[in-house]
Amino acid sequence: MPIGDVQPGDAILADKPVEVSRYRGFTRINHWVTAISLLALAISGLALFHPSFFALTGLFGGGQSTRMLHPWFGVVLLISFFVLFAQLWRLNLWRREDTAWVAHSKDVLEHHEDKLPEIGKYNAGQKVAFWSMAALILVLFATGLVSWQHYFGASTSIEMQRVAILVHAAASIGMVLVVIVHVYAAFWTRGTIRAMTRGTVTGGWAWRHHRKWLRALARDHQAGA
Amino acid sequence: MTTPIATFPNPPVQPAPSRLGEAVIVKRSASAPPPPPAQKLEEVAKLVDVSKCIGCKACQSACVEWNDLQPAVGVNVGAYTNPPDLGADMFTLMRFTEWVNPKTNDFEWLIRKDGCMHCSDPGCLKACPAPGAIVQYSNGVVDFIHENCIGCGYCVKGCPFNIPRISQRDNKAYKCTLCSDRLAVGQEPACAKACPTQAIVFGSKEAMKTHADTRIADLKSRGYADAGLYDPQGVGGTHVMYVLHHADQPQIYANLPQDPKISTVVDLWKGLTKYAGLAAMGLAAAGAVLHGLFAKADRASDEDEQNAVRLVEDPKFREEGANADR
Repeated sequence: MPIGDVQPGDAILADKPVEVSRYRGFTRINHWVTAISLLALAISGLALFHPSFFALTGLFGGGQSTRMLHPWFGVVLLISFFVLFAQLWRLNLWRREDTAWVAHSKDVLEHHEDKLPEIGKYNAGQKVAFWSMAALILVLFATGLVSWQHYFGASTSIEMQRVAILVHAAASIGMVLVVIVHVYAAFWTRGTIRAMTRGTVTGGWAWRHHRKWLRALARDHQAGA
Repeated sequence: MTTPIATFPNPPVQPAPSRLGEAVIVKRSASAPPPPPAQKLEEVAKLVDVSKCIGCKACQSACVEWNDLQPAVGVNVGAYTNPPDLGADMFTLMRFTEWVNPKTNDFEWLIRKDGCMHCSDPGCLKACPAPGAIVQYSNGVVDFIHENCIGCGYCVKGCPFNIPRISQRDNKAYKCTLCSDRLAVGQEPACAKACPTQAIVFGSKEAMKTHADTRIADLKSRGYADAGLYDPQGVGGTHVMYVLHHADQPQIYANLPQDPKISTVVDLWKGLTKYAGLAAMGLAAAGAVLHGLFAKADRASDEDEQNAVRLVEDPKFREEGANADR
């Protein structure tokens, strides 16, 4: 097995039709903890970002408790995301075919994936989303700490807090945009969401979108059979 | 010697209706501008004449007393400024500065009563995300409405004078109210009432400016050529003003800012980021929904499924098209 083509738990489960395990239970739970904390952050953050969303503080028990909870959601996200990061980062390293994939990204949208190079477990779009999220979460956490009035209000200068909260607002908008792309891409590419719910994808899905990954799994499968 | 310029008789013992309230609010945090009030109150101001201050701290004590604050007993840090900083339980603070005038080589003891300046363009109110937690009345007073405060500390970031403090006890923001509860029944602020030298006077903003002019003329006649009024226009003027004997260098008075204004960073955060950010997020969400409704979804075909079966079954087929550079 070439190092860096598959993750623990990736395997072909059935031959006819082919069913492939893409995410084991631990990774799925990890993903959903991350997703839920991110959603809670986005909702509570929006409530504090723009007055037209302030009513959303009601979901968290009012303004005071939203203000109190938001940074703790951030702590959960940071930990959960980087547990996920530890599992995924290696296969998200940039490869030669990714550059070609980006050059052909129009063909992806026009259903001409046959014109693209074969892709491992993640395509360039997924990799960009992955690294953007990692970077944005680090930025959001650092600037969030500076803005965390209750514990760190006196730790930094007011000028620094102003810059931090501006960067925090800008980065959170970036994060929401990345999440919209991430969620929509999973929805538009039918057969993807089940990878994070049931943990499996069909062979046809893997053939179509991540053929290099499927080949690697097939090699393992044959070696094991 | 000027005569006291405003006198406030003791209040009647009967309860009086409040003159400050919903009806006279002109600005409200995180809310659309309220309808213009039916009648506009006269703009008020507190004038602090630094040159007349003897540093007795009667104002500070009166403030603590009237607002029923209970600051913890502090420690002596070797300065008259005590406590060392404003706090959620200390709305006003005498700041003492020992300064050697480079022109005369004279030692000067500068005493400035620090506290909320009640800006016409309040940075705290601009930054506040909680609807109605900060309001401005038509007489110019900027007030924190604590039941709406969420304790986020944005007002601290918005303020150009570093005034609001967040209580660690109840997580709400506190600062000088200009004794809005006293003003509401026709009384002057507690600090002004307590000041034994009339270094603190209170009245309409116009009257205070006129009074300041006489004080400045007096100071100039006694050799303070740079005496002047501190009513910084960068924040639209303030409703707490100072007469300074060295008005050309306010920063010598415990870092009173030379030209205070709401930070550009705060403007960007509350302006461009807010609107551009909402637009970007809204467009992305709408774009995704529209694409989802009208564009053809990407699906694996039966052929894809058959190819997958073949690939798993047949090692030859598996290796045929494999990328060389895997």
